[in-house]
Amino acid sequence: MMRRFVQSPYAVVLALAIVIAILPLVLPSTFYLRVAALIWIFALAVVGLNLLIGFAGQVSLGHAGFFGIGAYAVAIGPTHLGIPPGLALILGAIAAGVVAFLVGRPILRLRGHYLAVATLGMGLLFAMVFANESAWTGGPDGMPVPRPVLFGWRMSGPWTWYWIAGVTLVIGAWIAANVIASPTGRALRAIHDSETAAQVLGIDVARYKLIAFVLSAVYAAIAGAYLAMFDGLVTPEASGFLRSIEFVTMAVLGGLGSTLGGIVGAALLVLLPQLLTVFHDYEHIALGLVMIVVMIFVPAGIVPSLANLLGWRKS
Amino acid sequence: MPEFLQFAFSGLTVGAIYALVALGFTLIYNASGVINFAQGEFVMLGGMVTVFAHAAGLPLPLAALTALVSAVVIGLVLYRFAIEPARGASAVSLIIITIGASILLRGATSIVFDKNFHTLPPYAGSAPWIVGGAALLPQSLIVLGGAAAIVVALWYFLTRTLTGKAVLATAANRLAARLVGINTNAVVGLSFAVSAAIGALGGILMTPITFTSYDSGTLLALKGFAAAMLGGMGNPIGAVVGGLVVGLLEAFSAGYISSSYKDAVAFLVILGVLFLMPHGLFGRGGVERV
Repeated sequence: MMRRFVQSPYAVVLALAIVIAILPLVLPSTFYLRVAALIWIFALAVVGLNLLIGFAGQVSLGHAGFFGIGAYAVAIGPTHLGIPPGLALILGAIAAGVVAFLVGRPILRLRGHYLAVATLGMGLLFAMVFANESAWTGGPDGMPVPRPVLFGWRMSGPWTWYWIAGVTLVIGAWIAANVIASPTGRALRAIHDSETAAQVLGIDVARYKLIAFVLSAVYAAIAGAYLAMFDGLVTPEASGFLRSIEFVTMAVLGGLGSTLGGIVGAALLVLLPQLLTVFHDYEHIALGLVMIVVMIFVPAGIVPSLANLLGWRKS
Repeated sequence: MPEFLQFAFSGLTVGAIYALVALGFTLIYNASGVINFAQGEFVMLGGMVTVFAHAAGLPLPLAALTALVSAVVIGLVLYRFAIEPARGASAVSLIIITIGASILLRGATSIVFDKNFHTLPPYAGSAPWIVGGAALLPQSLIVLGGAAAIVVALWYFLTRTLTGKAVLATAANRLAARLVGINTNAVVGLSFAVSAAIGALGGILMTPITFTSYDSGTLLALKGFAAAMLGGMGNPIGAVVGGLVVGLLEAFSAGYISSSYKDAVAFLVILGVLFLMPHGLFGRGGVERV
């Protein structure tokens, strides 16, 4: 019973909720609270992306495009259209989902590296629009994002965003756990193993891939909106190629197919630059080395390898 | 008409460089199945090392040779210490490794050299020729001629030498190649060295026209990758055609549509082609074994 619970995705959600609740008590300063909030925001995007890469087995090198849609929605909505930030966030998430739905059908027909280059192109297109439509987006310098106000309470500062991002991450992880445990999750895993075999079994491959794609896009958009509101600023970097790579790296480093892995990967990649600020010039060298070394020695990712080592996984 | 020619000249020049990057992708992919996102860094290294070796007092040909040799050495080190130990890892893990390598190389270059833009004097003067009303820089001809020479040399190497045939055999079937006595590890190492050399040559050729800096490799890798996919991954002719097409598309859309969306047009066309031909212009669809 205990063993089954530890292995279930819901245990991760519960553990995550406990960690998020306790962490502020032990963090020594608001600086760490800020870093933790960043980790929860990135982890949200990675948990969504993990549904696509880890479960459906479809690589995307362009998810920063959706991240950017969310980020610019909360910037453009209130500034240019008079939409309140909360509503802008929801509209942004819906817009990302609709775009993913429209783009996903044709793109997801492609396989392997062709899919990689198509998603890459898609992400770059968004980044280019954000950088070039200066009248709306402020161009390459970006634009300020107004802080949302809820019942007279101005949502800003690390403490507020720690809780907003933390609670959203728990909800996101819980939804992901539900999807994984549902027939959709089983269908996705079947597609990952072999698309042809899944099709022969009567699984509507295109439909399930599209579901994973749309879901992951919505996760990314919400994370993007949070980061933009947290920073109070959004630039086209939000949907740049490096951001997309960062998401994929987080998912892979932590461990594909593992929700906890995505969170660990996000924590690692958010913490690393903070630890390395002392050696600012060497930051890129260290980041590159970590990516190479982890992939060589734990190709399955940190969390699944650790779990294997501790004998938690049915082999 | 002069306008059209002008755009065609600049498109072909840039396209030739993309073609070289795409060829580098193709060689490594064929030999090892790895998509090497550090390919653009070889081009960057070719330019940066030449610039700094030249500034240190070496004559230009010797500086270029230094750049070529250092790129090849780095290519071999990349293979030996990052790719070979990860054999058997998934495609995504290998992509992450090569992206990690490219970030590392970029960081190392910014420390060893600097973060500024650099250029080289044109190799054959800077007075343009007027062809049909359009200006053609001598350096553009050098880029095109150099790229063509590299393609011909590569074709000769692959089809007319025993080592080259070993590379083709490994690409066709690794296990079968090993069974007939080919050292496939050496072949993969060789393909990294050759790809690095091709990339570095591209960087040496283009630096007088386009400038170079520690971070100029990323965009080149993206364009080269897109070009290789457009042509059909694993097909060297496709890589060259893909590179030229991407270059021309960029130049014409910058000239006739909007310079800020030139990259967008190139990628839109690539997306369109992939939707109609999911394996690229010259690629063949494979059969999946269940």
